[in-house]
Amino acid sequence: MTLSKKTRYSIEPILFMLPLLAMIGLFIYYPLVQNFINSFFRFSAFSPQKEYVGFENFFRLAHDKVIVTALKNNFRYAVVSLLVQVCFGLVLAAILEDQFFKKYSVVFRTTFFLPVLISITVICLLFTFIYHPTNGLLNGFLSLIGLGSWQRPWLGSSKTAIWATIAVSQWQSTGYIMMLFIVAIQKIPAELYEAAELDGAGKIRKFFTITIPQVKETFFVASVITVTGSVLVFNEPYILTAGGGPGTSSITLAVYMYQSGFFKDMMGYASAIAIVIFIISAILAFIQIKAFGTGED
Amino acid sequence: MFQKWRRMSPGSRILHSLALLVLIIGFVMVAYPIFWILMSSLKKSEEITLNVWSLPTKLQWINYKVAWERGISQYFLNSLLVTAATIIGVVLIGSAGAYGLSRYKASWIKYALLFVTGGMMLNPQVCLIPLYELLTRLNIRNTLYALILPYIAFRLPLSTLLIRSFFVGVPKEIEESATIDGCGSLQMFFRVFLPISRPILVTSAILTAYYAWNEFMFAVIFIDSNKYRTIPAGLMSFRDALQVDWGPLIAGMAISAVPIMIFFIFVQKYFIQGMFAGSVKG
Repeated sequence: MTLSKKTRYSIEPILFMLPLLAMIGLFIYYPLVQNFINSFFRFSAFSPQKEYVGFENFFRLAHDKVIVTALKNNFRYAVVSLLVQVCFGLVLAAILEDQFFKKYSVVFRTTFFLPVLISITVICLLFTFIYHPTNGLLNGFLSLIGLGSWQRPWLGSSKTAIWATIAVSQWQSTGYIMMLFIVAIQKIPAELYEAAELDGAGKIRKFFTITIPQVKETFFVASVITVTGSVLVFNEPYILTAGGGPGTSSITLAVYMYQSGFFKDMMGYASAIAIVIFIISAILAFIQIKAFGTGED
Repeated sequence: MFQKWRRMSPGSRILHSLALLVLIIGFVMVAYPIFWILMSSLKKSEEITLNVWSLPTKLQWINYKVAWERGISQYFLNSLLVTAATIIGVVLIGSAGAYGLSRYKASWIKYALLFVTGGMMLNPQVCLIPLYELLTRLNIRNTLYALILPYIAFRLPLSTLLIRSFFVGVPKEIEESATIDGCGSLQMFFRVFLPISRPILVTSAILTAYYAWNEFMFAVIFIDSNKYRTIPAGLMSFRDALQVDWGPLIAGMAISAVPIMIFFIFVQKYFIQGMFAGSVKG
């Protein structure tokens, strides 16, 4: 009797968890392992034949100039995103949570958050109209305010394409990070600000001595989210600059992986690029776990 | 506001004016492009090219009809199907898994939890090529399942952990009294745990909807035929098909963006809560 009860209890949790573990195992962990194996082979998307080539893909990786461009662009993405989304997002949140603007903050907050809700394809298509060399809103606006000499084919020039692409991501995501900071600021006890006011602290001082230390954790998490997002970025260059153009000037790691695999049909090499992405994002995840635990509580 | 303004020092006035300026510039930069989509979707294509700034002279509602008939309706339907199936899968599998993870004691369960948490750290980019092979081998590539199954899998870790943290907080007494009433585990899960955890299930469903509706990379790579494209990928081929016929294209963009925007504004509270919980944990 006791024994049968015990066995029943040990099989039940397995049954409850089986679909969960199977889905995660099959569609997340198995591909990860398979990707490591694939990186030692040469193969095509259209045939199941794989040829073992040892470390060849990795040697190639070490001498590939496009990888350097891609890494550089991902790095640019990360730096600009940290400055705009995280730092400026925090400033926006602080302004909107200030007593002086409180009354109107809902309107601004909701508006700033709207781009987060729009699908990336719609946003990128919108920006192809904004950046359009002849009929675009941006060039039109520049000539309207007398800065006609600043006009350029924003996405068509290899100097500006990556920055124009990065700008689109800032337009979409700043409201998201801002919202995280708003939630964090709302959790700060009001007494802290009241005490500082009694000491005669101004708003800027309160921002630096109370707000920033109190949202430290959110600041860190937001930084990890944006940097990780920058390492993985795929959609914007894929849509806006037809996969990292002109040439490879706006290419990112994920786009280069896609092109190597599905355009040039070098699936093994693409798998090696995926490992570069994996290593960078694993380091970032590790930093986050070290700092804040795994969220098991 | 003006009362406060009068009592301010000059330095404080400059500070607040600057802040207001930042808000207004930000507002215009975000709001105008969105307004521009809505406005241009009602203009003739030539009108858009000739004068991007002008308001429509005569409202071209026909653009919406053209967009809908030339493909958007199919993409819309596919997106609805994929999103609904993903939500159902994530909520059912995730809550069952969370129940197993939180209501049982066995030594291996902490490894199962680690397995799920680890899944959250992995990203679709790294799994892309093997997934493509796997879906091909399973013979479901270029079907809606090629999106639904990976979407469910990639949303499960976060959703399960969110639901689990709610289940952990359910008082023992509720469980005990249900056991005395003769509740088995399955009944306990369906009759007790699922109903009381509705808020967290709604949050998970909304976060999942947001993801499934907007996901782009899988949608564009795992689907080849127009028939199965969801909105994010479908809009791309819609653009290629329309070329310079900008009116219907922009109307198609509006159709893709507006319903989901309105929906999320209504459920904003849940969405932001979940987003915050997800970011802190993820």
